[in-house]
Amino acid sequence: MAEPYKFPVDLSAIMLFARSLGDIRPEYSDPDSPEAKAIGGVVTPPTFVQSSAHWQPDYPLDLTRPRKGPAPKHRGDDGGGGLGRGLHAEQHYEYHHPIHAGDALTVTTRPGERWEKQGRRGGKLLFSETITEYRNQDGVLCVTARSVGVQTERAVDQG
Amino acid sequence: MAQLKVGDTHEAVMVENVSRTHIVKYAGASGDFNPLHHDDTAAKELAGYPGVFAHGMYSMGLTGRMLTDWLGPLALTNFGVRFTKQVWPGDTLTAKAEVTDVQDGIATIRVVTVNQDGESVVEGEAKAKVG
Repeated sequence: MAEPYKFPVDLSAIMLFARSLGDIRPEYSDPDSPEAKAIGGVVTPPTFVQSSAHWQPDYPLDLTRPRKGPAPKHRGDDGGGGLGRGLHAEQHYEYHHPIHAGDALTVTTRPGERWEKQGRRGGKLLFSETITEYRNQDGVLCVTARSVGVQTERAVDQG
Repeated sequence: MAQLKVGDTHEAVMVENVSRTHIVKYAGASGDFNPLHHDDTAAKELAGYPGVFAHGMYSMGLTGRMLTDWLGPLALTNFGVRFTKQVWPGDTLTAKAEVTDVQDGIATIRVVTVNQDGESVVEGEAKAKVG
């Protein structure tokens, strides 16, 4: 299990994430809007927790991130997509409690199942799961994410 | 809260003519700077793809927007997808939903997002609180 890390949920980060998906809902950007006020402030889109990547110390898919020491080696088995042969096969979320702008989340990850399948066009497919939990400053579990990554022996057209 | 019954459907075009700019904007917002999604040379040489393609999570995010546009930002209790096909620059994506079950105030919704040729790019299921 990797070390837990902090994920402060910033209003601008939510706005930018929503905007990248073409979403201009005031609940994702404007704390003064009647829509946001009606639900206790700005909340986050369903897939927003993916942007915890910015805060994940050993996040492997940003080779140009400035760091002390060498970039983490991508092993292709972290349950997400990957460089080269790795692909993101599935993503699942359980929503337990809303995440609000200003929340200070703690992120914990652990490996899940691993399995192997024969690819349709030959070559082995290696699947691996990662389970990620996002808890807020009160210790309340907000989101459980389950990511399934697949490593292929060569580039394939998915499906 | 939305009132839903089995058989209800909803669909919307989520993005027309996906551009490299769309993809790069998602990369910046999500933090996923895998070169397969912004560097044509890397996509070809590193992995043998014809060029860059969008993040699977971009397609899932757009599918999620279809659901929240329809049901509101706090309705979902579960949302999961399989990525079934890459999304390439130039693609147009339509997200579709169909209610398959309603029980104890929770609707189960089958989701699929298709490209301009009707091929699915993500397929999955969501659950949402309903009135």
